[in-house]
Amino acid sequence: MIKKRIIPCLDVKDGVVVKGIQFKGLREIGKPVDLAKRYNALGADELVFLDISATETGHALMLDVIKETAKELFIPMTIGGGIQSVADISALLGAGADKVSLNSAALRNPDLIREASEKFGAQCICIALDAKWDEEKQDWFCYTHGGKKATDIRALDWVKKVESLGAGELLVTSMDYDGMQQGFDHKLLSLIQESVTIPVIASGGAGTSEDFSALFLETDVSAGLAASIFHDEEVSIQEVKDDCIRKGVAMRNV
Amino acid sequence: MIAIVDYGLGNIANLTNACEYLGYKVVVTSDLEVLKKADRIILPGVGHFNDAMNRIKENGLLSVLEELKSSKPFVGICLGMQLLFEHSEEGNVDGLGYLPGTVKKITGNVSVPHLGWNKLKSTVPSLDDDVYFIHSFKVHTDQNVVATAEYEDDVVAIVQKDNIIGIQFHPEKSGVKGLQILDQALKGGFSQ
Repeated sequence: MIKKRIIPCLDVKDGVVVKGIQFKGLREIGKPVDLAKRYNALGADELVFLDISATETGHALMLDVIKETAKELFIPMTIGGGIQSVADISALLGAGADKVSLNSAALRNPDLIREASEKFGAQCICIALDAKWDEEKQDWFCYTHGGKKATDIRALDWVKKVESLGAGELLVTSMDYDGMQQGFDHKLLSLIQESVTIPVIASGGAGTSEDFSALFLETDVSAGLAASIFHDEEVSIQEVKDDCIRKGVAMRNV
Repeated sequence: MIAIVDYGLGNIANLTNACEYLGYKVVVTSDLEVLKKADRIILPGVGHFNDAMNRIKENGLLSVLEELKSSKPFVGICLGMQLLFEHSEEGNVDGLGYLPGTVKKITGNVSVPHLGWNKLKSTVPSLDDDVYFIHSFKVHTDQNVVATAEYEDDVVAIVQKDNIIGIQFHPEKSGVKGLQILDQALKGGFSQ
């Protein structure tokens, strides 16, 4: 049996891990390689680095971050944020990323998914989508640019399309649940997982360790991702895993 | 010295990192003379079986690999393990044929790719940890199997015949235990 994965997500800006603080902007919380090693020791099954740099120079620093981290981190590492082209993907994989996650660029140019999947293999192409419920149209829609721009693409249509184009994994963030810390969006995540055969990483809404066990007991998704609750040490990865194991969810124990 | 066979495919940065972390000297090369001088060989690979075989042929590596496979630890990882077998459904092409068996798409009532941490089952006591898999095709063989993992049916995880070793999962991405398994493979493998 494959184990359910617990994945901390780290935001990286200009080569440094940052954390958003409400109304106060960003605070630097450390070097990516140090935080990656810490999460590895704490039992993370995988890491996601999201590059939120706004400039070319900032994005270029990400390559150094990956190179440095990959020398000491021997669990899978996914990189997302600002990836535009096959050349970008090639550089990230060459630096030591195991997977890349595409979002806005894939929505703008779906052919990028096919091209990248054929060139590098489906296993390293993760498609991230930010989905939000539209009360009027009674459906979920994809958003781009970190959730700022709405599109007319229905989330459930999009996931089927990206799977057929060669995506190997989905990272689904529920914008309605993100930041609420009241649990994952089981309804959306179940519908998405039922629409595809590729694995789904659930994101948005985790507040307690019980939110993860509930996610795995009530949906068939493969992994749960969270950022702030792990960074703030509100919840530890071990607590999440212990709770899951207690409730019969298979976990990798380190 | 370890030589990682460079045939222009796959992400070998992390295999290199893992071997260096274990203390080995590593070269990534397609140079026949360098390959012959190496003490240990790693055949890496991600991507498409057909593409990999074509590149191995285009780089003139077929005969040197044939020679190397009988003289020193020869470790195929992920697609590199699948290439060791006779035939693959992926592109419907022949592999290197060093080991008896074929490669077929994973089917059944499971997610494809087989992605994530799965537990090894083996008669070798040290091979009982969770390791990281990511693959859509799997090997079918009833010979030389050292370890499997359960994914509806069994997935062949490690094979060994003399000095030829195949590892389907990513030991370089399977934490400390994965590094130990990689080290053991490079040192000659898994006695049952």
